[in-house]
Amino acid sequence: MAKTITLTVNGKRHTVQSAPDTPLLYVLRNELDLHGPRFGCGLSQCGACTVHVDGEAVRSCIVPAANVAGKSITTLEGLGAQHPVLEAFVEESAAQCGYCINGMVMQSVVLLKRNPRPSEAQIKKALNANICRCGTHYRIVKAVQRAARATA
Amino acid sequence: MTNMIEKPHSRRDFLKGSGALIVAFSVPLGAGTTRARAATGAIGPALIDATQIDSWVVVGQDGRVRIQVGKVELGTGLRTAQMQIAADELDVALKQIDWLESDTWFTPDQGTTSGSQSIKTNFRAGLRQACAEARKALIDLGAKKLGVPASSLTTREGAVVSTSDPSKRTTYGELIGGQRFNLEITGKAPLKKPAELKIVGRSIRAVDIESKVRSRTEYIQNLKVPGMLHGRVVRPPGINAKLVSVDGFPKRIPDLVKVVIEKNFVGVVARSEIGAIRAAETLRVTWNDPGGAPKSHDELYAQMQTLPARSRLLASYGDVDKALAGAAKTVEATYYYPYQLHGSMGPSCAVADVKADEATVWSPTQGIYPLRAAVAGVLGFRNEQVHAIYKEGSGCYGLNGADTVSIDATLLSKAVGAPVRVQWMRADEHVWEHYGTPMVMKVKGGLDKDGNLIAWDYESLQASRGGRPGNIGAANLPTGALIGLTLAPVQASAPTFPPLGSDTSNTEAGYLQDEEGLVPNGRVVAKTVHSQFFTGPLRSPSRIQNSFANESFIDELAAAAGVDPVTYRLRYVGDKRLRAVIEVAAKKAGWVLRNSPKPASKGNIATGRGIAAMQYEGRDGYAATVCEVEVNKKTGKVRVTRVVVGHDVGIIINPGGLRAQIEGNVVHGVSRSLKEEVVLDGKTSKSRDWESYQVLRFTELPKIKIALINRPNEAPTGAGENAMTAIPAAIGNAIFDATGARIRRLPFAPARVKAALAEL
Repeated sequence: MAKTITLTVNGKRHTVQSAPDTPLLYVLRNELDLHGPRFGCGLSQCGACTVHVDGEAVRSCIVPAANVAGKSITTLEGLGAQHPVLEAFVEESAAQCGYCINGMVMQSVVLLKRNPRPSEAQIKKALNANICRCGTHYRIVKAVQRAARATA
Repeated sequence: MTNMIEKPHSRRDFLKGSGALIVAFSVPLGAGTTRARAATGAIGPALIDATQIDSWVVVGQDGRVRIQVGKVELGTGLRTAQMQIAADELDVALKQIDWLESDTWFTPDQGTTSGSQSIKTNFRAGLRQACAEARKALIDLGAKKLGVPASSLTTREGAVVSTSDPSKRTTYGELIGGQRFNLEITGKAPLKKPAELKIVGRSIRAVDIESKVRSRTEYIQNLKVPGMLHGRVVRPPGINAKLVSVDGFPKRIPDLVKVVIEKNFVGVVARSEIGAIRAAETLRVTWNDPGGAPKSHDELYAQMQTLPARSRLLASYGDVDKALAGAAKTVEATYYYPYQLHGSMGPSCAVADVKADEATVWSPTQGIYPLRAAVAGVLGFRNEQVHAIYKEGSGCYGLNGADTVSIDATLLSKAVGAPVRVQWMRADEHVWEHYGTPMVMKVKGGLDKDGNLIAWDYESLQASRGGRPGNIGAANLPTGALIGLTLAPVQASAPTFPPLGSDTSNTEAGYLQDEEGLVPNGRVVAKTVHSQFFTGPLRSPSRIQNSFANESFIDELAAAAGVDPVTYRLRYVGDKRLRAVIEVAAKKAGWVLRNSPKPASKGNIATGRGIAAMQYEGRDGYAATVCEVEVNKKTGKVRVTRVVVGHDVGIIINPGGLRAQIEGNVVHGVSRSLKEEVVLDGKTSKSRDWESYQVLRFTELPKIKIALINRPNEAPTGAGENAMTAIPAAIGNAIFDATGARIRRLPFAPARVKAALAEL
């Protein structure tokens, strides 16, 4: 049965009616029209749905929305248009079809918060659970390096 | 600019735009109405006349130019490259161009966006010719208006100007803004010379990169239509399973609208997306699954060789049988290429709105017109009763589930009388997409006493079923089969003389494919048998499989002749451009001339290098790759450490975009070579997700080096598939170089490599 859930997303409080087992992803996309996070696998395997929950990268396709009520949720839209990671992805042309890029960006933001000067190997390791099928990997790595330089 | 090109494609929004009344329709639409109905009962035009300038180029009163094109952006940078072509030919700034792609109400039918054909098509003719005709027409109009001869005029930045007096100038908007050209494309308007192209050749950043990164791209997955419901399909457990009964839900689905059954097609529709997912997950369905599908690729490859085969003779030179009989040495090998997945990141999605006598479908299909016909066929409508609109999806790399999910949405919308969005789940995409075609390739080569190649006897065998909707419609698609549409069985046939020639279909002929081929006796036969699983073009279809065989085999011959692989190849390559990419790749890689394999190394890790080259469809693009590998002799794990690419696609439209495509080719090609294979179990595929179907990850990336050869005076070819085509063989050749083990079957997975090493 639908239940009232209050979520704080990108700094705003939203109250939605949703079945309690509804993954956060569907609430973000369908109720709040936030299309940054995307459905890729529904299994936490690909990363396309990544959002931040209290600053951690979380795969929103498997987290029930009810479980993150009261926590601070950030989607790509909430990073702010001038975010250095977004700027760097644009500068490096780090997108082909672009479907995976939300996950790449959101995972990279968390990486750079923890490790502002990651090595190339550390970037690759941090993104290893994110899948891209277009083969944009080289540019994504360069974009993260550029963002690191910009914020250093 | 990105906002301009990503306007919603609804007709209502479109009419608000500049030049709303001047869109070219062969069936006139009433001006100012949102929906005009021709006397025939059609809701849209039966045909956008591709021979009219107005079908391609529309000038608004504000002087903005809208380009209407039948090729779509799939993540490859095609939109940007085409925009560069149009901007140059029309002399308008990129930012003055609006873009409308693939919508059956507005854009000409350009078939499918596939096979690396789109740049070629729209540079050599199509879009570019239409722009040249428009430019010529604008100059003629300018001559009249300015009262000077057309020969004294040129075009610059959206205006016609006098070459001698810059004050004599009139803009495109002033000349024809808001009006039709009403001119046929003659094919005679001169195209600009290569030296005159100023925007072509530049690394313009992709026009959609901002929207992709900042999540403003309106993917099909994001589309919401008023009153839209959500659907999911309950797929059978096996490819041959038949529906026995649908037995209801264990507990009530609050959002459920309907369970839809049509022969073996079972779908659910709910008000919410999660409702549709839960309904599909829990609906109790009884199937009768007789099995009968291959249990493994071993079984598949064996079966393929016994099924009725349609055979085609593609090439035949000299006397192969005689040459082989008289050869000092013969070499034979059989190569195997498995079912692989397109494996799109975003499961396929479509929205359909079917009404009593008209339908709209929004789809990420590569071919909006063939899809329109398939939807019309399923609904019993005429084509013009269906409005098919392209919406960008996840990268497809060929025929993923885009067309099939569009039929799913059509069936469900028809059943509930409301718009329905269907997005596949991960397992739907993995199991029910059109797999890349499995192939078995047998090659025989004859060498004379000096090691010269004197005969090449090649036979390829592929298993296929269905494909793009094409002329057959939904019968080519898995959902078509579920609703009872059938395809004619493969009829056995013998290859008949004369040969068909291979230049337009496949890279099957290898070293025989052009008249400059230097092998005196050759034969190429291509056979097709029935596949139980649906198949379809997957990035470099047939070409990657055949190149794996050809380029591995030439390496085997080089080893048999005791000659360095680059040196040996060049003996049999007549085409100068193919020679050039081989030479540049070898040079950039620091290739040292020596025979393969290397002397055995000590330690667990053996390193090696391999080369492979390809001509795409004869003369449609050239690439050579050198791959360097590390082979762990204990575990069989292969690591590709570096890939060096030599690349020639004629004139380069956008070097940055081209490099992006080549990088993608390398990653995808290495992934397919090392990891990708559908796991079969006798009923279906066990490769249902990213755990059971592994792909290349960031930590496995090889270093990459790209050498581009630009040929401004050669027409452009596609770049979407070239480098990848040469990768599997280059890796196999490198493994041979490192270890002496020749592996003739993809992927080069650790167990397979380990087994091959154990046999040495």
